[in-house]
Amino acid sequence: MRHQIRVEVNGKSHEREVEARQLLVHFLRDELRLTGTNVGCETSLCGACTVWMDGKAVKSCTQLAVQADGCSVTTIEGMKQGDTFHPVQEAFWECHGLQCGYCTPGMIMAAGALLKENPSPSEAEIRQSLKGNLCRCTGYQNIVKAIAHAAQGGAQ
Amino acid sequence: MFPAKFTYHRAASVQQALELLAAHDDAKLLAGGHSLIPMMKLRLAQPPAVIDIGRIAELSGISRDDGSIRIGALTCHADLAASELLRQECPLIAEAAATVADPQVRNKGTIGGNIAHADPASDLPAPLVACDATIHLLTADGSREVVASDFFVGLLTTALGEKEVITHLSVPAQTIGTGSAYLKVEHPASGYAVCGAAAAVTVREDGTCAAAALCFNGITDSALNARAVAGALVGSSLDDDAIDAAVDGHLTADDPLGDVYASGEYRLHLAKVQGKRALKLARDRARG
Ligand SMILES: Cc1cc2nc3c(=O)[nH]c(=O)nc-3n(C[C@H](O)[C@H](O)[C@H](O)COP(=O)(O)OP(=O)(O)OC[C@H]3O[C@@H](n4cnc5c(N)ncnc54)[C@H](O)[C@@H]3O)c2cc1C
Ligand code: FES
Ligand code: FES
Repeated sequence: MRHQIRVEVNGKSHEREVEARQLLVHFLRDELRLTGTNVGCETSLCGACTVWMDGKAVKSCTQLAVQADGCSVTTIEGMKQGDTFHPVQEAFWECHGLQCGYCTPGMIMAAGALLKENPSPSEAEIRQSLKGNLCRCTGYQNIVKAIAHAAQGGAQ
Repeated sequence: MFPAKFTYHRAASVQQALELLAAHDDAKLLAGGHSLIPMMKLRLAQPPAVIDIGRIAELSGISRDDGSIRIGALTCHADLAASELLRQECPLIAEAAATVADPQVRNKGTIGGNIAHADPASDLPAPLVACDATIHLLTADGSREVVASDFFVGLLTTALGEKEVITHLSVPAQTIGTGSAYLKVEHPASGYAVCGAAAAVTVREDGTCAAAALCFNGITDSALNARAVAGALVGSSLDDDAIDAAVDGHLTADDPLGDVYASGEYRLHLAKVQGKRALKLARDRARG
């Protein structure tokens, strides 16, 4: 059984027919070809697949595409406004908040969600907010620095 | 990794969810999906039909209802943790919800799904038992209420019937002179509770104990209610020695859970240490 869904992704409305069991991350990557959102663990632990659903950070490997019907989704591709990178993207660049880059889209979506709710987090709050995002390269130091830098307006 | 095939049905109301449950045998309700979808991806669950209740507005939200607080089954952990009303009236629930996994999981996982799934390592069961919460269930034939201490039956097993929906929970508002605390030792990889201690104490004006509750997640196959510890504390001075003696003398667990990460013996040790700390913190909060 297939289902007609309409999802607004990065401000653009998409209508597709999907299988009930299709995961949101596969809908984004395979149907819409938005491959910035990565699949890491597939078991809800690593956060590489983090996107915003109606403004809240969620793990898109643990949502069905049909659950996103009628919702607004933001992926890493939607963070740049025109030619201007999101302050968190800019800060990851300036503070070298990545090495291989695999975790980075999820990190940026998680960090962006944090700063929307708490524009000036403490270092402890930044670290807490990344509990659902794993990085196997950086040791997190520069990721934390980048988010603090973005929060201080360093990357505006 | 993706689930086996199933038919998907979205319920617009509780009534419709009950009708869909009646029409589809072995169907599973889908709330936030953060226990069900992982199980379906691993093919540990292969329901032929999934009934999405995730958008039923009447199942969501936290409100005051006479002397108690009403929590809709679909309320997510992030909303529980952020609720000013809960922080004032049932702070134990908000404190426990704030320790669930990570922000992404808290944005999706719901209190109804959490208790229906009844993972022994999840964070809400013990606080709900300690607060004397009541769980409200609905079937096509009518509604019934189950107190939290009767709801959690065993490993991933509850009093919930196959064709039943949890509509809401009610938790008595905390009385004056009561303090509570939830302390968690979490599994470093999964974030689930290896030991989660939920304590609540009510102090009299002279500082002695009028009522106490101490419950644990992660120690036994369903929330462990340390009634004997609570019994030993009532009437006591609640000073550190009294708390230590009550926990050391009365905390026992039949068949504590054990795995590669933490043996049963170690979990029981954690429960003693965390139980004492939680009771002392609850007492300090009660005394203000
Ligand atoms: C990576 C990860 C880490 C986690 N860590 C923790 C943790 O540290 N602590 C913790 O407590 N939890 C943890 N969880 C679980 C999470 O808290 C979810 O709350 C919980 O899994 C279930 O809520 P849900 O809304 O997602 O339920 P679903 O997955 O949608 O449903 C779970 C079960 O409940 C049933 N159900 C759902 N709603 C109802 C209802 N209203 N009436 C009757 N039956 C219903 C479903 O049919 C299903 O059987 C974690 C989950 C993940 C993925
Ligand atoms: S791929 Fe979704 S959390 Fe790892
Ligand atoms: S930069 Fe490689 S996993 Fe984070």
